[in-house]
Amino acid sequence: MYTQALNTAEADDRSLEDAAQAATFQARIDAEVRIEPNDWMPAAYRKTLTRQISQHAHSEIVGMLPEGNWITRAPTLRRKAALLAKVQDECGHGLYLYAAAETLGSSREELVDAMLAGKAKYSSIFNYPTLTWADIGTIGWLVDGAAIMNQIPLCRCSYGPYARAMIRVCKEESFHQRQGYEIMLTLCRGSDEQKAMAQDALNRWWWPVLMMFGPPDATSQHSDTSTRWKIKRFSNDELRQKFVDATVPQAQYLGLTIPDPGMTQDADGHWCYSGINWTEFKQVLAGNGPCNRDRMAARRKAHAEGAWVREAAAAYAAKRVQRQTAQAAE
Amino acid sequence: MATPNTPLWEVFIRSRNGLAHKHVGSLHASDATMALQAARDIYTRRGEGLSIWVVPSSAITASDPAEKGMMFEPAESKIYRHPTFYEVPEEVGHM
Repeated sequence: MYTQALNTAEADDRSLEDAAQAATFQARIDAEVRIEPNDWMPAAYRKTLTRQISQHAHSEIVGMLPEGNWITRAPTLRRKAALLAKVQDECGHGLYLYAAAETLGSSREELVDAMLAGKAKYSSIFNYPTLTWADIGTIGWLVDGAAIMNQIPLCRCSYGPYARAMIRVCKEESFHQRQGYEIMLTLCRGSDEQKAMAQDALNRWWWPVLMMFGPPDATSQHSDTSTRWKIKRFSNDELRQKFVDATVPQAQYLGLTIPDPGMTQDADGHWCYSGINWTEFKQVLAGNGPCNRDRMAARRKAHAEGAWVREAAAAYAAKRVQRQTAQAAE
Repeated sequence: MATPNTPLWEVFIRSRNGLAHKHVGSLHASDATMALQAARDIYTRRGEGLSIWVVPSSAITASDPAEKGMMFEPAESKIYRHPTFYEVPEEVGHM
């Protein structure tokens, strides 16, 4: 049930929450009972989830930009059809997620406006440019691969609508990752120039992809409560390690080199990566990445240029309702 | 300027003949025709359905989860509504 009208914001704006309700809530979470939109929840749980789900939705929408950049220049019709379908999927993911966020009481329009105003964040990864066709392969393989690592545990998140949206998203992401890896494989089996292009893309994307998992556990500000509320099932560093361990053999199969000369394998088979440049991460989040301004400008332009469509559709719907009412009165 | 709100719709899809329409999610659209088209694009990109219903979210009346005890308790206490409540000797066989 996704009715906004039942989730009135003022009802939850109590400064003093009932301790008994809070205890019952935590007990339900501990018992792995899913929380649904109209259930009682602490204001902080609602706020955390609204922030996380809406950021996730914004990321899907902004994520259409770097890939959309290559639709007209895809090398074959097969690649073009696949990329178009992938970008359309990202839009769909954004919409599922906005719908999930809305069940917490904020409207999609408010959430979108917050993003356009620069008040809400989206994933740091989409502030990097897609310079060559190999970047499209790398995004599918690594960016979608990292997203899958992050999203699979979210399918068991304590908040029902978010978990259900993630199940749909994860089913579709698998195609994204496979089409990306296939692009990389084709380039790596091609000419020396093509292979060099694939290596160059990996060199540029590797570190930003590792940053997608968020700050190291020691400094992450949201992890503790999110873990207690079972929004988060694994820590940032755990997921990052899983991703690296899964990806290194895939790179080896392609014949590509991970741009981390200090990387070693420990006795348990885990790959130990070198230090991540967290200053760069903070700079990109603060708006100073290579493409932050472009991305925001593109979203604002698209939103402004779509205004007449929204107005026309609303006016048409209003006119039809009016006509039906008039006919009924006759 | 704040973006004006577009009405919310709930989407139900029948995945195969013989199955009931099942709630799959929601979407925004200014009228029913656009809601149906958007539902097709958002929820059936991989042949998930044979039929779609869209219903204005505001038309749904929901039970209050806080009152679920009062709402559903009467059913829980009536165990004589279940077949296992009744004793039938084993010799009688499957019934």
